[in-house]
Amino acid sequence: MTASNATTATSRSRALTVPRPRSERVIELLLVAAAGVGVLTTVGIVIVLLLEAAQFFALVSPIDFLTGTVWSASILPFRFGIIPLVTSTLEVALLGLVVAVPLGLLAAIYLAEYASLRTRNIVKPILEILAGVPTIVLGFFALNFITPQILKPALPSIGTFNMLSAGIVVGLLITPLIASLSEDALRAVPRGLREGAFAMAATRFEVTRRVIVPAALSGIMASVILAMSRAVGETMAVVLAMSFNPKLTVNPLEQGGTMAAFIAQITSGDTPQDSIQFKSLFAVALVLFAITLGLNLISNRIVARFRNRYA
Amino acid sequence: MTASDATVAVTLGSGPRFEPRLARRKASASVFLVACLVAIGLLMLALGLLLYEVITKGLPYLDLDFLTAFPSRRAERAGVLPALVGSLEIGLIVGAVSVPLGVGAAVYLEEYAKNTFFNRALRTNISNLAGVPSIIYGIFGLALFVRVLGLGRSPLAAGLALALLIMPIVIIATMEALRAVPDSQREAAYALGTTRWQAVRRAVLPAAAPGIMTGIILAMARAIGEAAPLVVIGAASFVTFLPTPTQPGFTVLPIQVFNWASRPQDEFQGIAAAAIIVLLVLMLLLNGLAIVVRARLSRHLQW
Repeated sequence: MTASNATTATSRSRALTVPRPRSERVIELLLVAAAGVGVLTTVGIVIVLLLEAAQFFALVSPIDFLTGTVWSASILPFRFGIIPLVTSTLEVALLGLVVAVPLGLLAAIYLAEYASLRTRNIVKPILEILAGVPTIVLGFFALNFITPQILKPALPSIGTFNMLSAGIVVGLLITPLIASLSEDALRAVPRGLREGAFAMAATRFEVTRRVIVPAALSGIMASVILAMSRAVGETMAVVLAMSFNPKLTVNPLEQGGTMAAFIAQITSGDTPQDSIQFKSLFAVALVLFAITLGLNLISNRIVARFRNRYA
Repeated sequence: MTASDATVAVTLGSGPRFEPRLARRKASASVFLVACLVAIGLLMLALGLLLYEVITKGLPYLDLDFLTAFPSRRAERAGVLPALVGSLEIGLIVGAVSVPLGVGAAVYLEEYAKNTFFNRALRTNISNLAGVPSIIYGIFGLALFVRVLGLGRSPLAAGLALALLIMPIVIIATMEALRAVPDSQREAAYALGTTRWQAVRRAVLPAAAPGIMTGIILAMARAIGEAAPLVVIGAASFVTFLPTPTQPGFTVLPIQVFNWASRPQDEFQGIAAAAIIVLLVLMLLLNGLAIVVRARLSRHLQW
């Protein structure tokens, strides 16, 4: 009696199914194994980065690496100070956000609060196409159009390769991400809040500005941080738009060198795999991985908190 | 008392003070709407300019010879054949690996997994993997597939790295499609005496198929347009033969675009644009396929 009670309690979710033959166990194991590949990938990435970076840190001290302000991997004397790479990476990402936050947010608000079904059916596909354009194509666009046709006439001192054009195309490529995640956040605001504000005779703009956007703010923040993480890791658009020339500068009209661009530059050349330059790319990749992981975790945490509020 | 009554009367009754405020409120509302429309207009303009630039630069170089020729040091003789074949070959490898793994993992997480610590960790892990930069997958692929497993700089190694890259996308899309299948479908299957797997295989997966297929095809489009991990794996810049899956030496369309666009000469920018057109047409075909598959699979679905 007690025994059978215990069984029904533990297997309530399977009470509806008939007893399972052995082949079903095999299938379930295969499915678990498929899910496990994801874990193995994560573990594998961390192990590879740590092991290979350790070889580099045996030659260059981690403190010099993290605090050095000169990066010279191809010209003697070799110097491996990652600060210029980090500042370039952050600058391109911030320039991208300057473009993408207003564009993405306004598009999201328009889609969530204003658009009729007909305009929605025009605007949404445009964002989806933009999201699907390979990033190398955006790099081509920066190099062949944005720099020579738009930036050069306005800012004659700008170089063929510059951080500004890289920031603009990175902005274009993260705009759809901000737009679609922010739109979801705006739509998740409960109807009651919206109707309450309308009942107080607020205009649609006042409802949006004073009620909807503040209520969705955490979701919007999460989308912006996730977009920043995408921008930090972006490679091909940046490589074509600004190439790689690490300098400690914040002038967006000049060339710079992002972390991802360094990895692409070293691996696309003939650098021998046992050289110190090649080993340094794993240390750079480790820093890049840590930054993007940190941003993703912050974004996830904000989303989780947001979900609890209206659940 | 009387004073405060008077104030109320003044605020409520003074029409002239109320009307101009409303006009101003409406004005700021329309300014905002204009800002929204300008933002969307700018995005459309950017996309339009991008396509215009690519098409005007690339079209003069695009002909049948371009599709059937090998790369050359002379731009007018160069073609994308090895890159096109490489993209298709690697696309097949990516699909063959990431679809069973991704759909399997999603079925486990949605249909089997109970809410245990282990399963919650699996879910968190998937969303974190989706945020890892693509170039890091290249580094992992270089270490694991090229070196440890000894596959060399082959299409197989590249395909496996890209399969891992898009696996989280396939998993997330499949999980959403499975979640959209109503429980009544599962319960109806159980009522007929099916096992859990039979219910999944015969009721849930067919009902979720349109969503799953759309997710898979969009993920494949992502893989075909991806270049960064393949730069790290070691796609070659100058391939004058057709790649075989297990032999070192291959190139794909985005890599070919990268190599040509990295050269300063106008003709090479032109053939880079032509290769972009080929790449975009390939992606357009995939998206068209997604729409057709979706329509066909959802024809009999109704609940």
